[in-house]
Order: sequence, then structure tokens, then C-alpha cells
Amino acid sequence: MTSAKSGKWWTIGGIVIVLYSFFPLLWMASLAFKPPSDIVSGSPQFWPTTFTLENFAEIFSQTLFTRALINSLGIAILATTVSVIIAMFAAYAIARLEFRGKTVLLSLALGIAMFPQAALVGPLFDMWRGLGIYDTWVGLIIPYLTFALPLSIWTMSAFFRQIPWEMEHAAQVDGATRWQAFRKVIVPLAAPGVVTTAILTFFFCWNDFLFAISLTSTDSARTVPAALAFFQGASYFESPVPYIMAASVIVTIPVVILVLIFQRRIVAGLTSGAVKG
Amino acid sequence: MTTVHSAPIQTEPGKPAASVRVRGERRLGLYLTLPSYVVMLLVTAYPLGYALVLSLHNFRLTDPQGRSFVGLSNYVVILSDPIWWNDFATTLAITVVTVAAELLLGFWFAFVMLRIIRGRGPLRTAILIPYGIVTVVSAFIWRYAFAVDSGFVNQWLNISGFDWFGDRWSAIFVICLSEIWKTTPFISLLLLAGLVQVPEDIQEAAKVDGATAWQRLWKVILPNMKAAIMVALLFRTLDAWRIFDNPYVMTNGANNTETISFLAYRQNVTLVNLGMGSAVSVLLFLTVAVIAWIFIKVFKTDLSQVRGDQ
Repeated sequence: MTSAKSGKWWTIGGIVIVLYSFFPLLWMASLAFKPPSDIVSGSPQFWPTTFTLENFAEIFSQTLFTRALINSLGIAILATTVSVIIAMFAAYAIARLEFRGKTVLLSLALGIAMFPQAALVGPLFDMWRGLGIYDTWVGLIIPYLTFALPLSIWTMSAFFRQIPWEMEHAAQVDGATRWQAFRKVIVPLAAPGVVTTAILTFFFCWNDFLFAISLTSTDSARTVPAALAFFQGASYFESPVPYIMAASVIVTIPVVILVLIFQRRIVAGLTSGAVKG
Repeated sequence: MTTVHSAPIQTEPGKPAASVRVRGERRLGLYLTLPSYVVMLLVTAYPLGYALVLSLHNFRLTDPQGRSFVGLSNYVVILSDPIWWNDFATTLAITVVTVAAELLLGFWFAFVMLRIIRGRGPLRTAILIPYGIVTVVSAFIWRYAFAVDSGFVNQWLNISGFDWFGDRWSAIFVICLSEIWKTTPFISLLLLAGLVQVPEDIQEAAKVDGATAWQRLWKVILPNMKAAIMVALLFRTLDAWRIFDNPYVMTNGANNTETISFLAYRQNVTLVNLGMGSAVSVLLFLTVAVIAWIFIKVFKTDLSQVRGDQ
């Protein structure tokens, strides 16, 4: 097998993988642009007979969707921000300091990452009602923080280990305090790791469904994944399929944008926890 | 972190600088990690303990006055109920099928990503799309593709009228497809990370010694990335075992496609039967703990790299 020949086969493999990734997205887009009548016509086609934007207009006219979109964005961004800040402190300590409890923390993170979240919905459902945070943003942000933290801590500490820490010492020798050295020297160096961690954490929060349907009951905190299950057709006899797919297209847009811009970082972030950097 | 750079700074006369440093470091370390401890334990340890207590009670939210201690009888009821074992079998089937398929497919993806020369960047971008997509969205996409009214699959396979979700195993097949599509990219990236760690020169040496591609794979590449494979397997197995979104969206548990996580959700949230639901929660936790234990103790999965210790 000459290398040019095998190179061709790998390229074909690559094309197959690209098709694998995009084919279901094409199907989603096709359904989202189909007129509802196409779906119940009895002989469904892959492509729409005519393209329509009606489905998007319809979902954006419903508060079920617009509220859910605001909730999703707000909750995911807030949870991501807090998680990244908490993880930043922990990751700095892990990468930089010698102290008891370091291994304990990393083992705990490992345990949380394996934890079956469905085992918590009962007690949390009951506790949140008692605390008055059932069906609120806070009620979702708290469990998201808990389960996003292991990912945040691992990803960020893997990045932090690669930072040239001598520069921190240089700053300290020059008279900066430990805190100043951290803020002025390390933070700019750490920014790429922080951004990567934030993206992965955002994906995690954006994706959640279990907590979103268990800990919400109205559109005051219901996120898009949970709201999708509540979509109805424009009338009783109409199929909700094109509306659900239009909403799906909308929630997929941020994912595609982040992937397009930060592909390299996401790959590095996903693999940094598993192998030594 | 094998070296701690503490040598050059010896500024404080009198006191031994090292011990001050060490003590300061310990304190700072605790302060910096305290919020992480609190947040992670608050929403897991306490509720799990609460679930443990509730599981020993007969307690429905619809009848809060009727709460009474019943010992282990909730567990007896669940473990002697065919629903639990049905859900257990469904979960097991989904886990075995998806993890096996993802491992094979993921390996192939990893090799393509490693060897491809042109278009490496676009390929990785493409592969991240399923990874990033919302699981519920993936579930809807695949559900509608196989649905009798809206789907194209029956049309293409020329089996119009076949109801994929009307039968247990065909429904589980579609659930597995959605799960595999979404999570193979993740496993393939983990495997790729392991693959690039296999030294190129020992592969070359094996080639020179006349090993076939197949022999090189089994005798050189796989043994050298065992750690990465086991870690990927552990995480994916536990992830698959906790599957909830796909069956919820695709079948809502109909035709014996309910999983253990789904059962916990249904008992706790839908039926607000918190006593029985908590017992399911505890059992779910135990099954996960057993799987993790098997991987770590029996298969000797080395998690030190994941944890990041040296």
C-alpha cells in the first residue's frame, strides 16, 4: 500500500465522518423548513416541497419558546460563569500548591462525574419546594454548578499545569504580592484554558434535560430542552413536529457557532483531562 | 508537579522561610478549594443521605401526613417487582450495545482523524457538532426520522407502515442509534488522545520486523493505549447506564423501554412517591457504584491520569 493511495482512503473516511455528523442536522433543518402539511401528507419526503419560515415565526410568537430561550441562555451563562470562577480557584490550587486535600478534591470530582443524577431528582424536588427555589433559576443553577464543576476543575487544572509559573515567581521577586502575581501575570496566561473550560461547561448546562423537567413546572424557569416536550401544533389537528424542529435549529445555532470558532480549544479541552498534557 | 520552586526566595531572616511558606500554602489551598467542596457536596451528599432516609419510609407528597417508617420494605417491593428487572434489562442492553458500537466506531474515527492529511481541521469541527448538540434535540431528530408519519426511513427502506416505536427491541434500536450518534465523537477524541501517545518508532520497528497492520494494531497499538481505552470505557459505560433523555423523548418508557434513571424520575417526580422513588434512587446509586468498582478494582482502570496526580 503506497502512502498516497492510503492517504486517499483516509480522505474518503473523513468525508464519511463529515456526512455522519451533518446528515441528521440536514434532516432537522429540512423538517424545520417544511410546511406542516408536508408532514402528514402520508408520503413524507426527506426534503420539503416548499421552504417556509412560518415555523420559526410561529415559535417566536409563543412565550413557551421565547421564555424558555431566555431561561436557557440566562441559566446556562450564569451557571457557567460561577462554575468557572469556583473552578479557577480550585484549579490554581491544584496546579500550583502543595496541600492536603488535593487528592481528596480530585477524587471527589471523579465521584461526582460518575454520580447518577436521576438519583437526586426526588430529594432535590422535595428540598427545593421546602426552600422555595423550586421552579426558579437558582433551583437549576445550583445542581448545574455541582455537576459542571468536575469538568471545569479537570479541564482548567490541566491547562494551568502547562503555564510557565516561573513568571509568577519573577513577579513576586519584583515585589508583587501572591494575589497581584496571580491577577496580573497568571490570569492573562490562563485565559485560553478558562475560555475552553467555559465552553465545555456551557455545553453541559445547555444540554441538561433531567433537572430542567424535574425542578421546573412553569415557564418561569423551564429551559428549551424541557419546553420542547410541551410543544403543541398550531391547532389540535396539526403536528408539532415542524415547530419542535424549528426550536431545535435555534438551540443548535449557539453550539455550531462555538464549535466553528473554538474547534481547536474544545478538542484540547476534551482530551486534556484524559491524558497528561 | 514534581518540583516546587521554593529555593530562590529566602528573604525573611530569623524564621525558617520554608515552614511559613508551607503553612501559607496549605491555608491558601484550603481556602481556594473550599467553594468547590461545598458546592459539590451540598447537592450530592446531603440529598443522597436524605434519599437514604426517605427510602425507609412510606411517603407520598400527595399524602404528607401518612409518612411512616417501613424499614427495608420499599426495597423488597422494588426488587421483587418485574418492572425493576425489566428496566434493568433495558438499561443493560442499551449500555452494552451503545458502548460496544461506540468503541468500534470511535476507534475508526480516531484512526481517520490521526491519519488524514487534508482537511484535518474541518473534520474535527464536523465531529464536534454531534458532541455539542443537545441530547433532547438528537432524540427528536432520530425519532422523527423513524416515525411512521413524518419519517423518511420507512420510505427509504420500503417498509412503510412499520412502527419502530411499537416494539420493545426496535424502539431500543432507535434509542441506541441516537445515543451512539451523539456520543461516538467524544469517545473517538479520547481514543485519539491515547493513540497519539503510542510512540511512532515502536510502530515503525514492528513494521520493519514484518508485522502486518492487524498485528501492529493488536500487539503494539492497543496494549500501549490500554489506559486511555479503559478510561473512555468507564466514562461511557456509566454515562450510558444513566441514560434518560433519549427514552423519555422517543418512547416515554412505553413498550418496556423504561430505563433505571427513568424509573427513578417517574416514581419521584411524576408519581411524587418519594419513599419508593428514593429507594429506586439509592439502588440506582448502588448499581453505578458497583460498575465503577468493577472497572477500578477488577479491570484495574488507572484513573490517576484523570485525577491528574503524578
